[in-house]
Amino acid sequence: MTNYLEFEKPLAEIEGKAEELRAMARANPEMDIEKEASALDRKAKDMLSSLYGDLSAWRKCQVARHPDRPHCIDYIDALFTQYTPLAGDRNFADDHSVMGGLARFRGKPVMVIGHEKGNDTKSRIERNFGMARPEGYRKAIRLMELADKFGLPVITLVDTPGAYPGKGAEERGQSEAIARSTEKCLKVKVPLVSVIIGEGGSGGAVAFATANRVAMLEHSIYSVISPEGCASILWKDAEKMREAAEALRLTAQDLKELGVCDVVVKEPLGGAHRDSKTAIKAVGDAIAAMLKEMDGQRGRDIRDDRRRKYLELGSKGLAA
Amino acid sequence: MNWITNYVRPTINSLFSRREVPENLWTKCEECGTMLFHRELAENLNVCGNCGHHMVITPRARFTALFDNGTFTEVKVPEPIADPLQFRDQKKYSERMKGAQKSTGEREAMLVAKGEIGQTPIVAAAQDFSFMAGSMGMYVGNAIIAAAEEAVKTKRPLVLFSAAGGARMQEGILSLMQMPRTTVAVEMLKDAGLPYIVVLTHPTTGGVTASYAMLGDVQIAEPNALICFAGPRVIEQTIREKLPEGFQRAEYLLDHGMLDRVTPRTQMRDELITIIRMLMNKEPLAVAVAAPAKPEGEAKAEAQQEAPKK
Repeated sequence: MTNYLEFEKPLAEIEGKAEELRAMARANPEMDIEKEASALDRKAKDMLSSLYGDLSAWRKCQVARHPDRPHCIDYIDALFTQYTPLAGDRNFADDHSVMGGLARFRGKPVMVIGHEKGNDTKSRIERNFGMARPEGYRKAIRLMELADKFGLPVITLVDTPGAYPGKGAEERGQSEAIARSTEKCLKVKVPLVSVIIGEGGSGGAVAFATANRVAMLEHSIYSVISPEGCASILWKDAEKMREAAEALRLTAQDLKELGVCDVVVKEPLGGAHRDSKTAIKAVGDAIAAMLKEMDGQRGRDIRDDRRRKYLELGSKGLAA
Repeated sequence: MNWITNYVRPTINSLFSRREVPENLWTKCEECGTMLFHRELAENLNVCGNCGHHMVITPRARFTALFDNGTFTEVKVPEPIADPLQFRDQKKYSERMKGAQKSTGEREAMLVAKGEIGQTPIVAAAQDFSFMAGSMGMYVGNAIIAAAEEAVKTKRPLVLFSAAGGARMQEGILSLMQMPRTTVAVEMLKDAGLPYIVVLTHPTTGGVTASYAMLGDVQIAEPNALICFAGPRVIEQTIREKLPEGFQRAEYLLDHGMLDRVTPRTQMRDELITIIRMLMNKEPLAVAVAAPAKPEGEAKAEAQQEAPKK
C-alpha cells in the first residue's frame, strides 16, 4: 500500500480507481478493463509529473520526510558489501540512531556512517526517529578517527530531524559532541563525502555533513531549523511553516546555488519512495563520482581543500 | 514675599531639578529586585552588588574593563554579503538589521579587538546579546575568522566571550554553515599552538554552543549562565516533565564535567591573565605591575567581592 502525502490526494484517487478496476477484473476474468485502467495509469503519471515537476519548499519537506523513503539502512544494504557495524562511543552507550562501520564500496574498503530513522513503530523508537544523542556523534568521531588512521574514505548518509532535545542528551554534552564531530570532519586527512538522503536537520546534520563534497537528493532538504520551528519563532505561529520553508531556502536546488551542496542527485518520478532501487543506485553513482574526483590526492591537500571550502562558503548570495 | 515664593523659588527648584537626569539612573536587579545606581552598576561590570546576578554587558564595556587602561584596537571584520537570502518573515531581515544597528549603535553582533591584559598581548572577540540576540550569521563567522587570523598573525591567544540565542535564522543555511566555518577558525589557532579560551556568558545556546563556544582549550563560564544546545522550553515540550533546578546553568554544567571553571565577571580578568601567562609560558605578573592598569571600577569591584549567588 502506498502512503500518500496530503498534496497527493487527487493522485491517490486515480491510482485507487485503477487498482479497484484491476481487482474487479481479477475476480471476474471475463471483464475487459485494461483499456480503462491504463488510461487511468497515464492520467496518474501525468499528474505525478506535474505535481513533482514543481514542488514547493514545504512539499519537498514532506517528501523528504516520507515514511517510505529509502533510509540509511537501505542504502547500506544495497550499495555496500561486507558491512561490519562498529558500535559504541566507549564512554556511555551505543546510539542506535547512528549506524556506522566498515564496509566495501564497489570493492574498496570505506567507513560508512549515517542517521537511521527506522521504518515501523518498533524500529522508529529503537532508532529514536533518527535523532542522535551525544553518544551518536561520539561514535561517529571514533569511526572517523579509525578511518583516518587506516586511510579509508568516509561516506556519511544524512537523514535526521536534528539532535535529540532531551535532558540526558544535554547533561552528557550534546553541544560539545556535535562541535567535536564537526571538528573531526574538518580534521581527517581522508576523502569525506556526504549525501543528504532525506532531512538535513540543523547541527545534527552539520556534524556529519561537513565534507569535501556534499550531494543532495533532489527532494531532500538541509536547514538551520525546521520550518515549523522557524515559523513558531519568527511568525509566532507554527502553522506558517509553508512561508517559513519558502523563506529558509532549504531545497537542494537553492543550496546548490548557494554553494552548500555540490551535486543534486535526480530522484525517480514521484520521489525516491516510488522507486527506491533507482534512487539508491543514483546515490551510489554520485558517491563514486565524488570519490573519484579526489583520487590520487594527498591527504593533507584533501583536508586543506575541505577547510578552504568552508572558509569561502557564502561569499555569494542567491540571485534575486 | 509673594514674588519670592511664586517666582524665585520655583525657578531655583526647576534649575536644580533640571540637573536631575532621566529615569534610567537606577536599574532594578532582575534577580533580587535591589535598585542599583547606574554608575556603581557599571563599575561593577553590570553585576548586582547585592546578589551577584550577572546582567548583560556590551562588548565595548567588557573590553574597556578587560584591556589595560581600557585601551584596545578594533580588528576589522570583512563585510559579508547583506541579506543573502532576501529573507522576510513578518518583517524584512534588512529592517530588523537596521533596527538592531540603531538601538545598539553597533555594526553587528560581534566585536573583535586586540590589546594587552596584564601586559599580555591578546586578541579578544565578544558577542553582543543585545544585537539580534547575538545570533550567529555570516558576519559573526567572519568576525571569528578575522580574530583567529589576527591571533595567528601576531602569535597571540584568543579569548572569546560567547552570548547568543543561536544561529541567525534569517540567513538560513548560511548561518548553519558558520558552525563548520568557525570550527576552521578554531583549528587555525590549534595548528598554530595558540591558546583559545572561551568565556561562556548568559545565554549561550544552539549552534553557537555546538561549535566554537565548546571547542576552547579552557572553558570558563560566568555564574548562572544558561548554556545549552536545545533550550529548556523545547526539552520540556519534548519529554513532558519538569526539569531539575539549575538545569543547563553554568554550575550544573560544571558538575556534569562540561566546563573547567565558573568564575564571576569581576574576577575574570585576573583569571584570564593567570591562565594565559601559564599557557604562553610567561613569568607570573608581579602584583605591583598588574595593579596600575586596572580601571577604578574593577578595583572597587574586587574590594567588595562576595561569593556568587548560587
